[in-house]
Amino acid sequence: MNSFRLILDISKTHLLSKIKQTVVAALGVTFGISTFIILMSFMTGLNDLLDGLVLNRTPHIQLYNKIEPSEIQPIDSDEEYADELTFIHSVKPKIKLERIHNALPLLSELRKNKKVLGATPQTTVKVFYLAGSNKLNGVLNGIELQEEIRLFNFKDYIVKGDANSLLKRKNSILLGSGIADKLSLDIGDKIQVMSTNGSFHDLVIGGIYQSGLAEVDDVQSFVSISMAQKIMGVGNNYISRIHVKLNDIEDAVPMAKTIESLYDVSALDIKQANAQFDTGSDIRNLISYAVSITLLIVSGFGIYNILNMFIYEKMNDIAILKATGFTGKDVMFIFISQALIIGFFGGLLGIGIGYAVSAFIDTIPFVTEALPTIKTYPINYNINFYISGVVFALVSTFLAGFLPAKKAQHIDPVEIIRGQ
Amino acid sequence: MDIILKTEHINKYFLEPTKLQALKDINMELERGEFVSIMGKSGSGKSTLLYILSTMDTNYEGDLYLDGKKMSHLSKNELARIRSEKIGFVFQFHYLLPEFSVLKNVMLPALKLGIESDSVIKKRAMETLDMLDIADQAHKKAYRISGGQKQRTSIARALINKPKIIMGDEPTGNLDSKNADKVFDIFKTLSKEKGLSLLVVTHDHDFAKRTDRIIELEDGRII
Repeated sequence: MNSFRLILDISKTHLLSKIKQTVVAALGVTFGISTFIILMSFMTGLNDLLDGLVLNRTPHIQLYNKIEPSEIQPIDSDEEYADELTFIHSVKPKIKLERIHNALPLLSELRKNKKVLGATPQTTVKVFYLAGSNKLNGVLNGIELQEEIRLFNFKDYIVKGDANSLLKRKNSILLGSGIADKLSLDIGDKIQVMSTNGSFHDLVIGGIYQSGLAEVDDVQSFVSISMAQKIMGVGNNYISRIHVKLNDIEDAVPMAKTIESLYDVSALDIKQANAQFDTGSDIRNLISYAVSITLLIVSGFGIYNILNMFIYEKMNDIAILKATGFTGKDVMFIFISQALIIGFFGGLLGIGIGYAVSAFIDTIPFVTEALPTIKTYPINYNINFYISGVVFALVSTFLAGFLPAKKAQHIDPVEIIRGQ
Repeated sequence: MDIILKTEHINKYFLEPTKLQALKDINMELERGEFVSIMGKSGSGKSTLLYILSTMDTNYEGDLYLDGKKMSHLSKNELARIRSEKIGFVFQFHYLLPEFSVLKNVMLPALKLGIESDSVIKKRAMETLDMLDIADQAHKKAYRISGGQKQRTSIARALINKPKIIMGDEPTGNLDSKNADKVFDIFKTLSKEKGLSLLVVTHDHDFAKRTDRIIELEDGRII
């Protein structure tokens, strides 16, 4: 029998003969690891949900024409007043089309860019929804359906009916749920819209759209982009916004600057659009890590205590082993291997229980008006939590076992044997 | 003359609680096959001497030779190896590992030494137990057998690595006279038939009288 197997054999006998203590020590590890996994899965699940809520439907860069007064006024160009301080009261912006200048070439340029995952054009029309004598004002967004589904999970927000109806019928509309409620309309019903230039159009409801934000659902509906252009009475190059999704969200800020400098268009990046959101998400992450690490450290101390007691009880055994030819190192390895065995099985059970409880939480209903796609509490089954759980269990039990084992290594057998 | 154990000018000091010389200039020899007892009042230093001779205590002055080899100044690990190869111990208390079986207790020192295969060790352990009349207890846990059986088990453990010398610290101190006689007979047999050297600390006069030679200690000196 080689030395390693002999040491394991002795550890095993020790652990099995004090099975209650062993189990308590292992359960200490189990508790720490499972709470770590449950907490992290739940917290990050929730975080991802909230992130996704904003990030999935928010374009990384939005391109549009901003209406604002010109920075350079005619008087600034006049050399006569170059050294004077000039004031102009009541500056008004110049008339500017809402459409993006040269939108189609810009769009195809963007789509060719390697950093860009996709870019979709939108045409926005202000309309009145008419049903009977009711007249509600609203906004129609003309979209390219397939790209919206691919890039912004558009399908998740269609709570009733079929998003693809936009492709099947030219005059199909995906109606905002608020409007549908107010006008008591449902799929298959007809709705008439009046554009600001006075033309009427009949549309068929192919689906109900619900974003979860009441003020959006009360006004916004979706049609195909060609339908929106038709309602406006403009050509197919009339595009009022371009939404860009990048491969890496970190590229958003520099990319937006580049686009603004190259083209005659305003570019809003996601960092600017959702500054407060990032901070909240960071702090939530920080809190969940702080809590989990505290839990793990507390369970680490528990393991240290139990192993320490273990070794005090085994003083005699240590002396006997040393008197019969075992070295200090052998004795140290015996106790470290016991600690690691406790850590390994405790950790394994911990990830098992952690997974089971997470899976259970995953089935608890969590229905909220604001989140149409969520039915149960969100759980993030990230394999990294499980791996780091086991690694931490082993590292902490090793450290907790190392100090007592080191003490055992230096126990003088003569002192113990003569002390009796 | 075949000298198995020899000391030269061994001095031992205890520093706690006050400096005290426990052993004073100990010179002694032990021959192969000799059965020697060490006697003395408590505090005379007899156990202290035994632990130095056994190489477990390394904190002394002077030289110790075991089987012709100088032991002083060897490292703890080397000493641990020499101990398991050449010395067998029998303590006053049995000092078995309570949670292990009798057989396992006997086998452990040989398993640690790792020279022979498990099956050979097991066979010899059974033979030794058989010789000591406790083969029927082999698979019981060590804490389940009687005091006399425990002491015989620890003798079996001392013998498992075929040591050159057996050392005992009051091996019969905790036993009734019947069991003590049995242990003495076993020792005598080992010394006469197997040619083992025995060095036993005792304050049992009857036991000591029957050994080949008595070394008497008083105040850390051989008299």
